[in-house]
Amino acid sequence: MATKKNIIHGVFGDEVPMLEACKKLRISGIRIKDVFSPFPIHGIDPLIGIPRTRLAICAFIYGLTGLGLATLMMWYMMVSDWPNDIGGKPNWAYYFNVPAFIPITFESTVFCAAHGMALTYLLRCWLVPGAKAKNPDPRTTDDKFLILLDLKEEQTAKAESILRECGAEEVNHKGSYTVEPKYVIEATH
Amino acid sequence: MHAESEIRIPLIIGNKTYRQITDDIIAPIEGKAARGWYTLTTIAALCFLWGIGCLAYTIGVGIGSWGSNNGVDWAWDITNFVWWIGIGHAGTLISAVLLLFRQRWRMAINRSAEAMTIFAVMCAAIFVLLHTGRPWLDYMLFPLPNQFGSLWPNFNSPLLWDVFAVSTYFTVSLVFWYIGLIPDFGMIRDRVIKPWQKKMYGLLSFGWGGSARHWSRFEEVSLVLAGLSTPLVFSVHSIVSFDFATSVIPGWHTTIFPPYFVAGAVFSGFAMVLTLMLVARKIYKLEAYLTVKHIEYMNIVIIVTGSIVGVAYLTELFVAWYSGVEWEQYAFLNRATGPLAWSYWIMMGCNVVSPQLFWIKKIRTSVVATFILSIVVNIGMWFERFVIIVTTLCRTYVPSSWNTYTPSFIDVGIFVGTIGMFGTFFLLFSRYFPVIAQAELKTILKTSGEAQKKAVAAHAHH
Repeated sequence: MATKKNIIHGVFGDEVPMLEACKKLRISGIRIKDVFSPFPIHGIDPLIGIPRTRLAICAFIYGLTGLGLATLMMWYMMVSDWPNDIGGKPNWAYYFNVPAFIPITFESTVFCAAHGMALTYLLRCWLVPGAKAKNPDPRTTDDKFLILLDLKEEQTAKAESILRECGAEEVNHKGSYTVEPKYVIEATH
Repeated sequence: MHAESEIRIPLIIGNKTYRQITDDIIAPIEGKAARGWYTLTTIAALCFLWGIGCLAYTIGVGIGSWGSNNGVDWAWDITNFVWWIGIGHAGTLISAVLLLFRQRWRMAINRSAEAMTIFAVMCAAIFVLLHTGRPWLDYMLFPLPNQFGSLWPNFNSPLLWDVFAVSTYFTVSLVFWYIGLIPDFGMIRDRVIKPWQKKMYGLLSFGWGGSARHWSRFEEVSLVLAGLSTPLVFSVHSIVSFDFATSVIPGWHTTIFPPYFVAGAVFSGFAMVLTLMLVARKIYKLEAYLTVKHIEYMNIVIIVTGSIVGVAYLTELFVAWYSGVEWEQYAFLNRATGPLAWSYWIMMGCNVVSPQLFWIKKIRTSVVATFILSIVVNIGMWFERFVIIVTTLCRTYVPSSWNTYTPSFIDVGIFVGTIGMFGTFFLLFSRYFPVIAQAELKTILKTSGEAQKKAVAAHAHH
């Protein structure tokens, strides 16, 4: 039998009741698809089941890459390809002049870490020029907080009552669709 | 949510709601510009045009048209370069260092301070690119074999470190600024009605939606970028100071230069942020967000950095005397009593004496006094670089190579031009971009808003 699923927007005027609603929804086993807010809300990630982002790890790897590239570049240009004796400071080996190479090594590390991470962030969130606005309701960039639910038919009434009980200003039905059973993945939590 | 002490002065004045913050920040974009904006933009654009003219003339006939001469081969060009780079430092300091220290008052000023950084570094870049003499060969600053032969640029040279430092600094600041702007552009896109505005801000917002996942990544990126920018900002001005400190010119060859330059940079940067923000505050009526308390906090940073600079000046004098090196001693004697002594005393007056006035609470909480002193500080900081560069180069080792210096009409023109460019860009920014990071500001409304704090206090006393 095909499963009917409903899309529901719970709109709040404040983040505190919205967080309360998230908590209650999760306790009753309802999966929260996403939350849209005008500003970052601290402590919401574990509440709605968002794992910690690994962008910082990426930055570290990009930084190491930058460090390696700068070292390789300066070694090649100053030591391998055309060693020079500048001001009595010969470049016969990399370690001879390594203090002079520290500033550029550092700058290159920062350059690659910062730009690599920024690019990864933009692409991971698909924030690119010309991308369509991702918020389902334009008021969420102003002063509204929106819980986006993608529910099975039998959960809908329960979710709706939780949203209302927690003080949602609006509970909007944004249509429904049916999925073949083979595509339905049961929530594990 | 973190509670904030009751006795802390609120950072957002009045009974504001999230909606009102949106309304106030979008007002200059949605509404008509004030008359003052048009006047200032016209003046700035005219200065900019004059600068472009002088720039074109320099490119046409060469830097012989400048006042620089044999001996004083670095003059206004490098003075202006260091001055502008220094001004740029406040932006990164405010947005990165104060973010790491969790200083909430930065949220009212970080956006415009970052914009200021970017424009200031652009102004600085003009001077470095031009002072090479043949700017069409500036690609040789990058690690390419010279003239595409096989000789590489010299990586032992601080001048090359500077190329890497300044380009990293510029691009990283730009990215930091833009990533912060994306959510605010999203807000503007969802608010504006005119089709061209909707389209423009739609493009600029990169499709931002404010999903919890995106916010979580946004915060991580901001934190890591702040962590990267903090050592970066210290490295950039240290490297700028190496341009001098690693030379063998008396008066330049000192180990105190890096910290002294960094403190001076932050000092002049904060002064410039104050100059600009006090104007923006007035034109865009941002008094509720940029309160007297913010001004006071910034003035305190000015006292601290100004005092560090003062101590550095005195240390330099002491070390010159104590070193027993005659040339070093003469360099400082010449600065204080030589033919260009007036510039030394302007520097001392503006940088050492004037910021001490901020110890008086009445002065540091007065908008007018702060505005005047912020300009005085920037004049002083310009003269600091002038003293270091020109006064020193006028009298180096051999008296037969002693010289004097007068700027040419073109020198003045290019400098005024960069001020015009800076002003034009900043005015355009303040009209079309969100001047205050409103998304971030909304996060502190509940803890630091005046009405909200009062409500919490009233509740606690029951």
